[in-house]
Amino acid sequence: MHELGITRSVVSIVSEQAKGAKVLRVTLEIGKLAAILPDAVRFCFDVCAQGTSLEGAALEIIETPGRARCRGCGAETALEQPYGRCAACGSAELELLAGEELKIKEMEVAPCA
Amino acid sequence: MCVVCGCSDNAKVTYSGMRAAHDHDPHPHPHVHAHDHGHSHGHDHDHDHDHEHGHDAAHPHDHGHPHSHPHTHDHEHEHGAEHDGPGHGHTHDRPHRHPHRHEHDHDHPHDHGHDHDHGDGEHPHARDAATLHAWRHGGTVALEQEILSKNQLIAERNRGWLEGRGILALNLVSSPGSGKTTLLERTIRDLGGDPVVSVIEGDQATVNDAERIRATGCDAVQINTGTGCHLEADMLAQGLRRLDPPPHSVVMIENVGNLVCPALFDLGEHAKVVILSVTEGEDKPAKYPHMFRAASVMLLNKIDLLPHLRFDVARCIACAREVNPGIHVMQVSAYSGEGLQEWYAWLRDRLGSRPLAPPLTRPSVPAAL
Repeated sequence: MHELGITRSVVSIVSEQAKGAKVLRVTLEIGKLAAILPDAVRFCFDVCAQGTSLEGAALEIIETPGRARCRGCGAETALEQPYGRCAACGSAELELLAGEELKIKEMEVAPCA
Repeated sequence: MCVVCGCSDNAKVTYSGMRAAHDHDPHPHPHVHAHDHGHSHGHDHDHDHDHEHGHDAAHPHDHGHPHSHPHTHDHEHEHGAEHDGPGHGHTHDRPHRHPHRHEHDHDHPHDHGHDHDHGDGEHPHARDAATLHAWRHGGTVALEQEILSKNQLIAERNRGWLEGRGILALNLVSSPGSGKTTLLERTIRDLGGDPVVSVIEGDQATVNDAERIRATGCDAVQINTGTGCHLEADMLAQGLRRLDPPPHSVVMIENVGNLVCPALFDLGEHAKVVILSVTEGEDKPAKYPHMFRAASVMLLNKIDLLPHLRFDVARCIACAREVNPGIHVMQVSAYSGEGLQEWYAWLRDRLGSRPLAPPLTRPSVPAAL
């Protein structure tokens, strides 16, 4: 549901940065623990891009896997959801290291006409 | 603004961080400076300036460096009035001309690292040569921008605004029907104005909740998000402006009933309080982990109904702690009042620990001093 708002922000930030240049591609980084569905963003993107310099642009999404460090023993654990147990000692006191990204990585623009 | 010396016609201009403090008052001066600066400044300027690069300076670039450049000013001025300008220290009482010569010859240990020609001056400033190239000739531009950065920025402003007034703001989140509004009504009545509570109500539609809250005698502002499924920081900013809560009070923000989206949006609150009622599933924290992770407090509501339900309180709390080991859990009933004293004590404690803004009037000083 909130993906529509997120996608609108993406389009607004990128078109502002492109300053009128035609945008060919946008790359986002969305962590697997970020509570954002990449498919929903893809679905919204074409609609939001209509009538902007992003119209027709390709959307690439890099999905970053979840990773956490145990506050107890310091071991690193891969996570599928934003919580879990340390694979080494079983503690639930985990510090998320990656997987919550919600970022516009880059854009590709066409040469100035 | 005077384009020669940079002073304003009607505003006091202060140049900070320069050893030779130039601080001149607005002065009506039709003036023509004719001076060749020939003096050496050993000063650091910490300045924010717009570079005349011929492009719009829409880029954050930090100049916190000591800097100086060899340059020669050549300007003339004619004073038509009193002038207490830089390095003058005298008063002119009638119009006159004075050519003065000095040369600046100051060293710049700074290198911007860009030598490029912007030409049309239409594109935002590039971070590096490759990016610049991309802008002119097509290609990839690195952005690395947080999508929610705008919301985050406004949230931090809200936080500062609240902090300055010693206000405790809590963001109340839950699924629809968990009893948020009933809990608020009861809390406001029981606290009886100590501390003062005011409310910002977020719903997709209707002003029903704000009316319920106002009936308790407390100020409430309703925000209707329309199709929006959550409140965002700018909505809170506007809500706070309308609400105008008194210093050292509590602002309760009742978010849209939704356990998903409000978790993502920081409003500038001091804590998110998630309300879960015992008529919901006890595994809800695991089903909506983002929200239960984002919250500092969980109020387990409607516990007066427990005798009629098969709800395992211990399992529910264990589930919440699995997702968020640090979450503070309180069991309450907004209907029977059970457990509410602990909630009120928590509120008062948190409010008491908030720094209070200094008084607006100075405390009176005894005459003997």
